Amino acid sequence: MQQLRVARTRRIALIGLAGVLAVSMSACATSKRDDNTAAGGEKTGGTMVFGATGNPKNFDPIFNDDGETFRITRQIFDTLLQNKPGTADVVGSLADKWTPSNDGKTWTFDLKKGVKFSDGTPFDAAAVCFNFDRWYNMKGAAAQSQMTYYADVFEGFAKNEGDATGDPVYKSCEAKDDATAVINLNKAKGAFPAAFTLSSFSISSPTALKKYNADTVTQSGDSFSYSDYANKYPSGTGPFKFESWDQAKGEVTIAKSEGGTQTANLDKLIFKVIPDENARKQALKSGDIDGYDYPSPADYGLLRNDGEQVLIRPSFNILYLGINQANNPALKDVRVRQALAYGINREQFVKSKLAEGSEVATEFVPKAIAGYNDAVTQYPYDPAKAKQLLTDAGASNLTLKFYYPTEVTRPYMPNPADTFTAISEDLKAIGITVQPVAEPWNGGYKDDVQKAGKQDIHLLGWTGDYNDAGNFVGTFFGRKKAEFGFDNAALFSALSAADSAPAGDQHAAAYKDVNKQIMDFLPAIPIAYPTPALVVGPKIKGVIASPLTDERFNTVSKG
Amino acid sequence: MLRFIVRRLLQAIPTLLILSILIFAWLRALPGGPAGALLGDKATPAKIADLNHVLGLDQPIFVQYFKFLGRVLTGDFGNSLSSTQPVLQEILDFMPATIELSISALIIAVGLGIPLGYLAARFRGGVLDNVTIILTLVGVAVPVFFLGYLLQNNLAAPLGLPSQGRLSTGLDATNITGFAVLDGIMTQEWDAVWDALRHLVLPAFTLATIPLAVITRITRASVLDVLNEDFIRTAKSKGLGEQTIRGRHVLRNALLPVATTIGLQTGLLLGGAVLTERVFNFRGLGYLLAEGIERKDFPRLQALILLGALVYVLVNMLVDVSYGLIDPRVRVR
Repeated sequence: MQQLRVARTRRIALIGLAGVLAVSMSACATSKRDDNTAAGGEKTGGTMVFGATGNPKNFDPIFNDDGETFRITRQIFDTLLQNKPGTADVVGSLADKWTPSNDGKTWTFDLKKGVKFSDGTPFDAAAVCFNFDRWYNMKGAAAQSQMTYYADVFEGFAKNEGDATGDPVYKSCEAKDDATAVINLNKAKGAFPAAFTLSSFSISSPTALKKYNADTVTQSGDSFSYSDYANKYPSGTGPFKFESWDQAKGEVTIAKSEGGTQTANLDKLIFKVIPDENARKQALKSGDIDGYDYPSPADYGLLRNDGEQVLIRPSFNILYLGINQANNPALKDVRVRQALAYGINREQFVKSKLAEGSEVATEFVPKAIAGYNDAVTQYPYDPAKAKQLLTDAGASNLTLKFYYPTEVTRPYMPNPADTFTAISEDLKAIGITVQPVAEPWNGGYKDDVQKAGKQDIHLLGWTGDYNDAGNFVGTFFGRKKAEFGFDNAALFSALSAADSAPAGDQHAAAYKDVNKQIMDFLPAIPIAYPTPALVVGPKIKGVIASPLTDERFNTVSKG
Repeated sequence: MLRFIVRRLLQAIPTLLILSILIFAWLRALPGGPAGALLGDKATPAKIADLNHVLGLDQPIFVQYFKFLGRVLTGDFGNSLSSTQPVLQEILDFMPATIELSISALIIAVGLGIPLGYLAARFRGGVLDNVTIILTLVGVAVPVFFLGYLLQNNLAAPLGLPSQGRLSTGLDATNITGFAVLDGIMTQEWDAVWDALRHLVLPAFTLATIPLAVITRITRASVLDVLNEDFIRTAKSKGLGEQTIRGRHVLRNALLPVATTIGLQTGLLLGGAVLTERVFNFRGLGYLLAEGIERKDFPRLQALILLGALVYVLVNMLVDVSYGLIDPRVRVR
């Protein structure tokens, strides 16, 4: 009995001690809240929360090439030129006017006046030149390896390090006066002026770049580490300025900025990282977020029923069926390639498998691109004609190895397995035997298809970076590639000439002609222009869906 | 006792070393790699090869391993490929969320599982027992991620519970330890405490399902075994009260296998946390692991798996030590 009493007393003492501990813990640390924060932490008016699909990498645009990072940096920074909201048309941003020389090697920009960076530094031509020179003179293999778009467009650095090998397109920049910047190139390139809209080429404050050692990119084991500028102190001329990046909460907060090129309606924008699409949908439904990107097409109806606004983007991507002429001799015959084109019911595929707004692709550039040609050779669905062509080519018993990717969703290919099934059924219907080969996207698919050329036919696509046909057809067919296995000197030459054609009508006309040649030669089959969407809540006004996923939130208001 | 702890810690070193070799080799044997994930749509074979060269991923694997080991021994696990932040800092920042979620799930699992299991055993064959058996079967059969989606889609809105996250967006909660509930108590930000608890409900219940089912069944079986023991009959014949018999003799003896189960379930909780945290966007270690797998984030995966193994070893050592506390007859030498 004595022992029982002792045990009970011990238990009571333990419980009491726990209670004392709990009480003593409270108020042993000071709240770091502002005095004017509402007790329940309610959002103040003018804050929009957008559900992002993944983390940003950092906030120095030149070291980035992914959509999630650009979604944020596009609100903080400006480029010399930008895309007109809702379109792929090139309009002025930091530059009011831009003029190329006759040979396309010199670009003169008349800059906006009275603009400041978020750190108070005035924006002028010297700032433009500082940025271009910074990129050109960037040192270190680590830093150069992360400047993907710079390497693509400007091809080389003052001193190439690591595996950078191209001859630099950029020559120099001159600040003629505070409002005139002249960029000199070593060669003309069709990518300009559209490439000046690329978010990677955003103009940063020279003061902040210097103060926070922006060029410091170091390798850390199997990865890289970036400067304080990139992680904490980015400074641009956009309508918003960087405030914080809470990694533990997965929230990037940017706040309204004064003195930039545009004025925001919202006080704050919070980008909340929610990788799971269903979680984003539920978060929108419960009001945790005000919008998110890439809703599942199957949910469009449900979302609209709930009062949400599903905004369909004009298409700026292409899904194609690649054909490798080197791997299967039968595919060298254009009649066989034409048979594949006639044999695929693209209308039915787009209608049944792709999101609202998607269209059948008639060529390899979307309609929004200058150089799109509505007079190219068409290949409407005609299985009888397809069979006849195969017979004429002596390929009635054709067997094709059909590669398609798994473990991936792309904007142009939401469901690769479904796409493969639909197309292979059509091919079987015209007498072709299909040997499926499924490979993980990040487990060898691209290597096998683009490097080793193991496929006969394959699924792939592309989302455009800027409004230039060369960004599509030049990328695909500009040179001999293992992916397509052909060597057509006339086509390569035509593409090169089109790339060099002066910007404007001549450039567009040259690409119209090239597109016609491509659709006659048919090195691959364009399948569809899929259209991704974004969704926002009923209180959100002023979001303009962009074909390049280049939505600017300065025009957005809430409530 | 001290000798035992030291011996177990020393045994952990070769375990972790072998594990590090296995993880390192396995990750690099997988087709593809981080370069493809880093470059995304713009990845071409040439760019992937370039980036692999810059990252040193084209060097012989043993060279890569010894460089890795050298860095790890100085506390440098490298930077995450996904977030570019130091992996160790990432893990420290995200760990409190997983601990908080796991503790909540364990509290639910143990707090409900032991009483349910005891009652099922006590009223064996009755309605409660049969219902408990059915529910435990359902609990282990339903995949965690599916249950999570079900609760998220069908219960969050009707119950007015958050469907994702740890705290409401924009809530100005002071962060001291990273444990949202604890930080709120320490700073008397009671709205943050309430907000954090509300966000814990659905993911904690989801994560607790399997351990709850297992603990319930083990408790039931163990109590049934003990109830049939001679010493229980002796205790009853001595005239001891029911409460005394239950508390001192039945439960205490039945808890030994339950303690082992709790230890094992703690390790399994980490596995369940990967999917639960992903479904509910609950940013803990499981979330980091899921994202790391998707993006082939080698530095993050290496660090997380090694850390997970270390935690597992330590927890099981604690379980062994706890035997001595529960049952004084068991001497840990």
